[in-house]
Amino acid sequence: MTPEPVSAAASAKTDAIEAKDLTRTFGGFTAVDHITFSVRVGEVFGFLGANGAGKTTAIRMLTGLLTPSGGSARVAGHDVYTESEAIKRNIGYMSQQFSLYEDLTARENIRLYGGIYDLSRAQIRERGDRMLEQLGLSAVGNRPVRDLPLGWRQKLAFSVALLHRPRVVFLDEPTSGVDPITRRQFWESIYETASSGTTVLVTTHYMDEAEYCDRISIMVAGKIAAMGTPADLKHDRGVASIDDLFVQLARPA
Amino acid sequence: MSTSVAVDNLVKHFGTTKALDGVSFEVERGELFGLIGPDGAGKTTLLRILVTLLLPQSGHATVLGNDVVTDMWALRQRVGYMAGRFSLYPDLSVEENLQFFASVFGTTIEHEHDRIAPIYSQLEPFKGRRAAALSGGMKQKLALCCALVHRPEILFLDEPTTGVDAVSRREFWDLLDGLTREGLTTIVSTPYMDEATRCHRVALIQRGRLLAVDTPASIVAAFDRPLFGIKTPNRYDALRALREYERVHSIYPFGEQLHYTDKDLDREPRAIQREVAEFLRSRGIEQVSVDTIEPSIEDSFIARMGTPETMRGDAA
Repeated sequence: MTPEPVSAAASAKTDAIEAKDLTRTFGGFTAVDHITFSVRVGEVFGFLGANGAGKTTAIRMLTGLLTPSGGSARVAGHDVYTESEAIKRNIGYMSQQFSLYEDLTARENIRLYGGIYDLSRAQIRERGDRMLEQLGLSAVGNRPVRDLPLGWRQKLAFSVALLHRPRVVFLDEPTSGVDPITRRQFWESIYETASSGTTVLVTTHYMDEAEYCDRISIMVAGKIAAMGTPADLKHDRGVASIDDLFVQLARPA
Repeated sequence: MSTSVAVDNLVKHFGTTKALDGVSFEVERGELFGLIGPDGAGKTTLLRILVTLLLPQSGHATVLGNDVVTDMWALRQRVGYMAGRFSLYPDLSVEENLQFFASVFGTTIEHEHDRIAPIYSQLEPFKGRRAAALSGGMKQKLALCCALVHRPEILFLDEPTTGVDAVSRREFWDLLDGLTREGLTTIVSTPYMDEATRCHRVALIQRGRLLAVDTPASIVAAFDRPLFGIKTPNRYDALRALREYERVHSIYPFGEQLHYTDKDLDREPRAIQREVAEFLRSRGIEQVSVDTIEPSIEDSFIARMGTPETMRGDAA
């Protein structure tokens, strides 16, 4: 398959994610504090921040799971306040914690997710077969997911999150604990997905992975403290790595 | 130096899965020893055997001279163990959790204050807070405190920094440095390769086998061929192109660069640099720089691990 160049996809008119002054408070605590950013179609956007900085709350708002307290946001062209159901149909989501039903087989998981997203039986069968074939999992498609090695489960979970061809996919620490080679293969599938026009928003605690993103943002205490390409950020802030920048921002001396 | 941990050919199966496939190593007294490998490598199984929570099928291990199978009860008083999953009581406060663990070992917070003070001082402002409401980094500090409260002679920490942000990870390692300076032997497992450099010695572990046991510097020094870092704005295109390059031995992304090794061990590094850059230009990839670079632990791990799980034919 020949992915289209990112530049062609990125020239599309609307951004995949647009957030303006997006805010969420819990009682007296402001978890997300007026964040403004946009992600272009086909971009790989790294969404970084310390634990408790507000990433999860922001992602919950952008995926239509949590109503914002203020500001605005559109995801895949839909408003987070009024069109959360449309958003859910147009996004994919994968996290390390929970993605697949481990007692179900790979094929059963595909059928379940396909059914949830209203794919026809023919679509589920056709896309599922092709997915398993591409992943090299055809032979083990009828085994419970829990029997697969972690790296395989992660790849399968990513493919399942893309089954309904979402316009934006959210990946929450997708490579946590995975061996270094499998981690890199996973990033190649991210690139491939992005170059076919699907927008990717990804969180990670591996700072070397931040460097793989087209652009990143770093959240500190509910605000976006830095945003840009990894190269520009390092150059502007005079640091050698994103790891150093992260430490500088998250724990100012 | 005396030996604190001696592991001899440990084997542990779960059904048909070989969690540990003949593991041997020693840890000296006072060492900060790292067990580095991905999920499923066998780190947790190994630590659980060493703290007497699991029995091996074969092989032997002693900790502080006590056999982990036959001297289990003597050993339990002497080891501190922090489990991989957050293992505190979420509905108890910080102080109550600590009191509980102290009382299990027949002691009190006050009595052990000097041992835990450097860490507990960071938690004290939140001592009334429920453990469930702590941040990830703070939870880990509390778990460490609870593992130390009975003054163990040796400490086993299972992935204390997993899922914790880069800053909190650094802070946690600073705490471990402090404990090591006081002479405590510590064995810590982690999936983060970059944390290897915080250890005196490390074991690289993959699929139940040790790939190497040595100081981080020696492991890196044993990297068997020149390593090149390639920078280009078209990183993904360059990666795909170099996969098809006839001289490539390995090529993979690493942070902002691609890491490249050449098949030919005897070739001049300068010649390799020039040829790789020329090859990329011939494929239409411009703005390329190729430099010789120092390998990291992660490069060494990749070189030693061979075929990863996702490339094997026997997926399940």
